[in-house]
Amino acid sequence: MSDQTARLIEQVNAAIADGQKLNITGAGSKAFMGRETDTRHAAVLDLKDHTGVVNYQPVELVLTVRAGTPLDEIDAVLAEHNQMLSFEPPRYAAGATIGGTLACNQSGPGRPWTSSVRDQVLGIKLINGKAEHLRFGGQVMKNVAGYDASRLQAGAMGTLGAITEVSLKVLPRPAATTTLTQAMPLADAIPFMNQRAAQPKPLSGACWLDGSLYLRLSGAASAVDATAHQWQQQGAQVLDADSSARFWQQLRDHQLDFFAGDAPLWRFSVGPTEPNPDLSGPWLIDWAGAQRWYRGDEAMSDMERLATRAGGQVSQFRGGDRHGDVMHHQPAALRQLQQRLKHAFDPNALFNPGRLYSWM
Amino acid sequence: MTQSHSHKRDALARRFRTFIDPDFVIADEETMKPYECDGMSMFCEMPLLVVLPETVAQVQEVMRLCHREGIAVVARGAGTGLSAGAMPHADGIVLSLARFNRIVHIDPLARTARLQPGVRNLAISEETAQYGLYYGPDPSSQIACTIGGNVGNNSGGVHCLKYGLTVHNILSVEMITIEGERVVIGSDGLDSCGMDLLALITGSEGLLGVITEVKVKLLPKPEKAQVVMAGFDDIQNAGDAVGGIIAQGIIPGGLEMMDSYAIIAAEDFAHAGYPKEAAALLLCEVDGTAEEVQEHIEAAESLFRSFGATSIRTSKNENERALLWKGRKSAFPAVGRLSPDYYCMDGTIPRGQLAHVLLEMEKMSKEYQLRVANVFHAGDGNLHPLILFDANVPGEFERTEAFGGAILTLCVEVGGCITGEHGVGIEKIRYMTTQFGDLELAQFNAIKAAFDADGRLNPGKGVPTLRQCQEYRALERKPAKVEA
Ligand SMILES: Cc1cc2nc3c(=O)[nH]c(=O)nc-3n(C[C@H](O)[C@H](O)[C@H](O)COP(=O)(O)OP(=O)(O)OC[C@H]3O[C@@H](n4cnc5c(N)ncnc54)[C@H](O)[C@@H]3O)c2cc1C
Repeated sequence: MSDQTARLIEQVNAAIADGQKLNITGAGSKAFMGRETDTRHAAVLDLKDHTGVVNYQPVELVLTVRAGTPLDEIDAVLAEHNQMLSFEPPRYAAGATIGGTLACNQSGPGRPWTSSVRDQVLGIKLINGKAEHLRFGGQVMKNVAGYDASRLQAGAMGTLGAITEVSLKVLPRPAATTTLTQAMPLADAIPFMNQRAAQPKPLSGACWLDGSLYLRLSGAASAVDATAHQWQQQGAQVLDADSSARFWQQLRDHQLDFFAGDAPLWRFSVGPTEPNPDLSGPWLIDWAGAQRWYRGDEAMSDMERLATRAGGQVSQFRGGDRHGDVMHHQPAALRQLQQRLKHAFDPNALFNPGRLYSWM
Repeated sequence: MTQSHSHKRDALARRFRTFIDPDFVIADEETMKPYECDGMSMFCEMPLLVVLPETVAQVQEVMRLCHREGIAVVARGAGTGLSAGAMPHADGIVLSLARFNRIVHIDPLARTARLQPGVRNLAISEETAQYGLYYGPDPSSQIACTIGGNVGNNSGGVHCLKYGLTVHNILSVEMITIEGERVVIGSDGLDSCGMDLLALITGSEGLLGVITEVKVKLLPKPEKAQVVMAGFDDIQNAGDAVGGIIAQGIIPGGLEMMDSYAIIAAEDFAHAGYPKEAAALLLCEVDGTAEEVQEHIEAAESLFRSFGATSIRTSKNENERALLWKGRKSAFPAVGRLSPDYYCMDGTIPRGQLAHVLLEMEKMSKEYQLRVANVFHAGDGNLHPLILFDANVPGEFERTEAFGGAILTLCVEVGGCITGEHGVGIEKIRYMTTQFGDLELAQFNAIKAAFDADGRLNPGKGVPTLRQCQEYRALERKPAKVEA
C-alpha cells in the first residue's frame, strides 16, 4: 500500500520539460492490446506500485482504491463483506490492476446483467498532460455535476491521462449460482439466448462454445433453484458447481482452449440478435450475443464490414500484425472530436501516443 | 424590447421560415411565453425565437445557421427540468424537440427501442409493455419529461439503485454538433472502440450537441414486485435500517425515505395510508421472480422490525402497491400544497451521513426561518429537501436560495455532491466551485471547447467560466447574511 502521486506528477512534469512521451502501465497484463508503435517501449509511467484501498464503506456500496491496486487484492477486501466487483473484471495475466481495467474498459461474462466497469465507476483522479492532478465525479452513487470525465476514460486506453484513483459502486455477492448447459447449433443459440434474456429470470451469463450453450443463473437461492428446475425440464442440464465456477472464470480470463494458440483473436461488439457471419474459423459467443470472439487470419477491413453490418464494431484484440489500426475505424467527425478531447487533456500528446489509434 | 432587438427577431424568423414550417417558428411574445422557463420557474428569460423543426435535416440547418451567425442554441425537451437548464438565452433561440415524438422501432428480441428525443419517458414503457418489457429509469416527472431531456440530464428515478441512471440504460445517440454535423455515438453493441463519448454526452445538459435520436435498452418486466412500508419514530433508526438492508445483500428495486413533513403532506394528498405520526417512512420495493420476492420481502420485514420499525405494511396486490407509491410519487406537488412555492434541492450524500445532515438541516431551517420537507432516494443517497417559501414575500426567495446553497455546501462537506439527478443548469452553477477546484473547472471548459469552441450551445449553464468562478469564490468568502 503506497501513495506514489508525488512521484507520478514529478515524472509527468519531467516528461513535459524533456518533450518525452510516456507509456502508462500497470501490471502489463493488457500490454498485448492496442497498437504496436515506435515509442511504445520508451519511457514508462508505472502505476503498479501506486496501490491501496483509500476508502471502503460496505453499507455505502462504495470502494475507492488507487489505480495500481491489483484486482485480486480488491476481491479479497470485498469478500470480507460478502461483496464484489459486479463487472467480473478479466485477468489476462497475474496482477491486473483496476486502473488498466477501466482504461481498457474490460468487463467479464456478466456484463449485460451485472454491468460493466464503465457503469460502476463513480469517480476518478487523473493526472492530465499538464501534470495537473484532477478529481472528477465523486464517491456517491449519483452525481451529475460537471461532465462525466470518469466514464470517458473507459476505452480511452490512457490517451487522456494517467488514472490514479478509482471510486466504484460495489454489489453484494449473489446468494446462489447455477449453470445450465444444452447442446445447440450456433445459429439456434443466438436467438435462444436472447429469448432467455427477455424473460424476467435471474440470468447472469449466456455463452455459446463448441456446440454447447451455457446459461448462468445468479441471485436469491429460491429464484435460481426454481428457474434452473424449470429450464431443466425444457432440456438443459445442470453443471456441477466446480465445473461451473471454473468455466466462467476461464471464460473471463481467456483461459479456455478457444483462446490458446497464436491465431489472431477478434472481438466483435455487436447487436446481440444479429446472425453470425459465415467465416471459416471458430467462434465463441458471449454476453447473450453482444460480444463475439473469432479466431483467424482476416483483413481488418473485411472484419469491419461484418461488424458494421451487425450494428457494431470490431477490434483486433490480440495477435496478428498490430502496426496498423486495430480498433474499428471512426467516422471523420468522431475522430475529430476525440482528437480535440485528447488535446484538451493532453496538449503535448505525452501519453500513449498511437496506442489507441494511429491518429491519436 | 428595443426596436433593433425586434428587428433582429423578425429578420431571423424569416430566415428560419425558409426551411421550417412557418407555424413552427414562434416569434410573438405571447406564444413564446410558456418557453420562458423550465420546471425551475424562478429563473425566466425570453428568447429571440422558438423553433420547432420536424426533421433531422432541419435541425442540422438550424445549427449551421446559428453557428454561422453566432446565435445561442438552447435545446428543450418537455421543459420539466429543475435547474433552469432549458431556460432560454436572451440572444438565442430555443430549439424545441417536441415534434420529434415518434417511437421509431422496438426490437423485442434484442430488447431495444429507437426513439426520437421528444418521446415521453412513460410512453416507452407503455408501448413496450406488450412485449413484457419496460424502460428502467423512471423520473417522477415521467408522464411529461422526454428521453432527450433524460439524456441531457442523466435522469434517474426511484429505481436507479438497482437499474441505474439514463447513462446505464442507453446504447447510442444520434447527435447534431454545433457545426450541423450528424454523428452517431455508441452502437447496437454494449460498448464501442475509443473514448466513451456516450457517457460524456449523457448529462451534458445540452452543452455539447443536440440529440436527435436515442436507442435505449429495455428490461424484462419483473414477474412480481412488492413493497414494504415501514414507519419509524426515529430518523436515525430508519437510516440504519437502509444500511441494514444493503448489508443483508439485498438490492431493492426502490428504497425511498420521507421525513415527517413529507409523510403528512403526501398522506393528506394521496391517502395512501402512511402513518402520520412517524418521524420517518421507508418504502422498500423488492422485484424479481415470485420466489425471490417472497424470500426478500420476508427478510426485509423482519429486518425493519429489528431496527425498531413502529409500523409495517406490505402490499398484497398491485393496487395496494400503486397506492403506497402514489404518496411518494406525488410528494413534490403534495408538499407544494403546503406553501405558495417550494424549492427542490438535489444533493447526494453518503447514506451514513443522513442523520447528521437532517439534523443540520433542521438547525438551518430555524436559522433561515423557512420550513423544509425531505424526500430521499435513500438507496443511493440522493436527497431532495423541499424548501417552502412564498415568492411574493420580498426577500424570501433570496433567503431560500441561501438556505439551498448552505444545504449543497453541507452535502459536499460530508463527501457528497451538489446534484444527483437534476443537473446544474443555471440554478446550481455558482456551487460548482464548492464541489470542484479551478483546475477541474478549467478541464471541463476545455471539454466544452472541444465540442463547441465559440460557446453557442446553452451558454451560461452547467459549467462556470473561469471569470465566473472567481466571482463565486469571492461570494463564498462573504456568505449572505440572514436578516431575522
Ligand atoms: C415534478 C417533477 C419531478 C421530477 N422528478 C425527477 C426524478 O425523479 N428524477 C430526475 O432525474 N428528474 C426529475 N425531475 C427533473 C426533470 O423532469 C428531468 O430532468 C427530465 O429528464 C427533464 O426532461 P425534459 O424533457 O423536461 O427536459 P428539459 O427540461 O426540456 O431539458 C433538460 C436539459 O436537457 C437539455 N436537452 C433537452 N433535450 C435535449 C436534446 N434533444 N438534446 C440535447 N439536450 C437536450 C436541455 O437543454 C436542458 O439542459 C422532475 C421534475 C419535476 C417537475
